[in-house]
Amino acid sequence: MATMNALREISRPAIRRAEAPIVARLNGVTKNYGGVRALQSVDFTVRAGELVALLGPNGAGKTTAIKLLLGLAKPSAGQVTVFGGNPVDPEVRLRIGAMLQVAKIPETLRVSEHIDLFSSYYPNPLPLAQTLATSGLADLKHRAFGELSGGQKQRVLFALALCGDPDVLFLDEPTVGLDVEGRLVLWDEIRKLIARGKTILLTTHYLNEADALAHRVVVINKGRIIVEGTPAEIKARTAGRRIRCVSKLDLATVSRLPGVIEARQDREAIEIHVAEAEPVLRQLLALDAQLSGLEVTSAGLEEAFLALTREDNAV
Amino acid sequence: MANPSTTLGSLAAPARPRGNLFRIYVKEAKYEFLKNLRIPRYSFSVVLFPLMFYVLFGLLMGKQAIGGVSTAKYLIPTYGTFGVMGASLFGVASGLAAERGLGWLQVKRASPMPPFAYFLAKVIMSMIFSATVVLLLLLLGVCFGGVRLPLSTAVELLGTLVAGSVSFCAMGLAIGYFIGPNSAPAVINLIYLPLSFFSGLWVPFMFLPRAMQRIGAVLPPYHLAQLALDVVRSGPHDPAWTHWRVLLGFTLLCLGVARLGYQRDESKMYG
Repeated sequence: MATMNALREISRPAIRRAEAPIVARLNGVTKNYGGVRALQSVDFTVRAGELVALLGPNGAGKTTAIKLLLGLAKPSAGQVTVFGGNPVDPEVRLRIGAMLQVAKIPETLRVSEHIDLFSSYYPNPLPLAQTLATSGLADLKHRAFGELSGGQKQRVLFALALCGDPDVLFLDEPTVGLDVEGRLVLWDEIRKLIARGKTILLTTHYLNEADALAHRVVVINKGRIIVEGTPAEIKARTAGRRIRCVSKLDLATVSRLPGVIEARQDREAIEIHVAEAEPVLRQLLALDAQLSGLEVTSAGLEEAFLALTREDNAV
Repeated sequence: MANPSTTLGSLAAPARPRGNLFRIYVKEAKYEFLKNLRIPRYSFSVVLFPLMFYVLFGLLMGKQAIGGVSTAKYLIPTYGTFGVMGASLFGVASGLAAERGLGWLQVKRASPMPPFAYFLAKVIMSMIFSATVVLLLLLLGVCFGGVRLPLSTAVELLGTLVAGSVSFCAMGLAIGYFIGPNSAPAVINLIYLPLSFFSGLWVPFMFLPRAMQRIGAVLPPYHLAQLALDVVRSGPHDPAWTHWRVLLGFTLLCLGVARLGYQRDESKMYG
C-alpha cells in the first residue's frame, strides 16, 4: 500500500482545478425510467484535466449518469452538457471516448480490427500500436474477441474508449472483472491519460479505487448525491472504525462524545461509527468501567454508505 | 502538465474531414462482412442451403421442363430468390437483434460513428452474400445442369435478385427491431420458411394448390421470383412494373416499421 500511496502523490499535481473550464455537467438532472427514479436532482461538474470518480453501490444511478453524459439517455428534467453542448451532437461526440458495460461484442472480429474500426470514427486517432500498447493488448492483437478472457475483453473496451484520443473519457466500471494485477495496470494507464491532460469521469463501487485515482469523489446512492469532496475528505467521513460494545451508557451520551460519527443500538450492544477508534475508546472506558464485549473493526464501504445516507436523510 | 484550457479548445475544432466519412463507411462494411463471414452458422448455412436444394431438385431430380424452361434453369431464379431472402433476413435481422439486445449497439451509438453507416454496412454485407449465392447457383446450373444462357441474361438475373434483396434487408431491419437476441433465429425461420413455400420458391408456383397460390400472390418473395423468372424465360417479356411496385411498397412499409422500432429504442434510452 505504501508504494501505491507514493505513486498517487506523484500522479496528482496540485493545480487549482476549480478554475479550469467545465467539461461535463449535470445540472439539476432527474431521470425516470418508467416508474423508477434513477437520478434525482443531481448536480455535478467535471472540469478539464480532472479525474472524478462517481462512487456508489450497484443500482445507485452511476450508469444512468454516464448514459446521460453520452447522450444515450435524455434527462427527464434538468440539463446535461458536455463541452458546452449536447452530447448527442456529432461534433461533441468526436471529443468523447466511452467505456460501457456490454453483454456481448462481435466475437469473430480480431482485437486490432475492432480498434481499427473505432479509430476511423475519430479525426485524429492514436496510432494502432500506441492504442494496443497503452491497453496492454500488443500480444493479443490478432486474437478474435471471442477467444479473450474476461479481463482481456475489458481491456479491449478500454482501448475502444481511448483509441480516438478523445479529450474526455467516460468509463463505466472500467475495472470490473479484472484481477488485482489487471486493475493496477489499468489504474496506471488511467493516471497516464490524466498526466496527458485528459479529463476522466469513471464510476466504481470500490472506495479504494476512487481513493487511488480521483481528484474528486462524488458519492451517489439511490439516485442522489450524498457527498462530494476530495478522497481525503470522503475517507474522513466514510472510512474509520466501528466500535461495538455492551454498555450501560445511553445512546444520546455516546452520540455526543467527540469523534463519534454515529451511534446506534443493535440488540443488547451499541454500535459506534468513529473516525478514529482510540480517543473514543479512552472516553468510553473512562465513563463506563463495566463496559464489556468490546470489538473494534474497520467500517465497510456498505456501512459507510448507509451511514452517509442516514446523515443525508436527517438533514 | 498541459494548460487545461488548451484541452478544451473551441467546439468546432475537430470537425471530421470529408474523406474520412467515406473511409468510415467502407471500413464499417468491410468489418461487417468479415464478422459474418467468420460465423459459419451464417456464412455456410446461408450459402449452402439454397445450393443444396438446387442440387437435389434442380440437378438430380429435375428432368422435365417447367413452363417451357428446363427445371435446372427454372430453379435458378426461384432458389436464387430463396437464397437472397435468407442472406438478407439472417444477415440484417439476427445481427441487429443481437447487437441491440446485448449492448453493443449502445457502444457504437456513444461513439462518433455516423448511424447510417451501421445500417448500410449490414445491407452491403447481405448483398455480397446474396450475389455469392446467385453466382454459385448459375455456376452449378451451367456446369452440371446443361443450362445455357447469354452472359447478359446472367448479369441481368444477378442484378435483379441483388436489387430485390433490398426489400428483404428492409424486412430484416423491421424484424430486428422487434425481436430479442435469443429468439431471433427461430423467429426468422418462422417467417422465412413459410414465406418461401407460399411464394413458390421450393415447389414451382403453378404446382401449388389454388388456395396457397392466392396467398402467395400477395407475398413479396413471389414478386421477386417472378421478376427473376422473367429474365430467364425465352422470348421477349414486358418489364413487369407491378412486381417492382409491390416490392417497392413492401420495402417502404418495412422501413416504416423499422423506423418505429428505432424510435421506440431511442425513446427507451432517450426519453
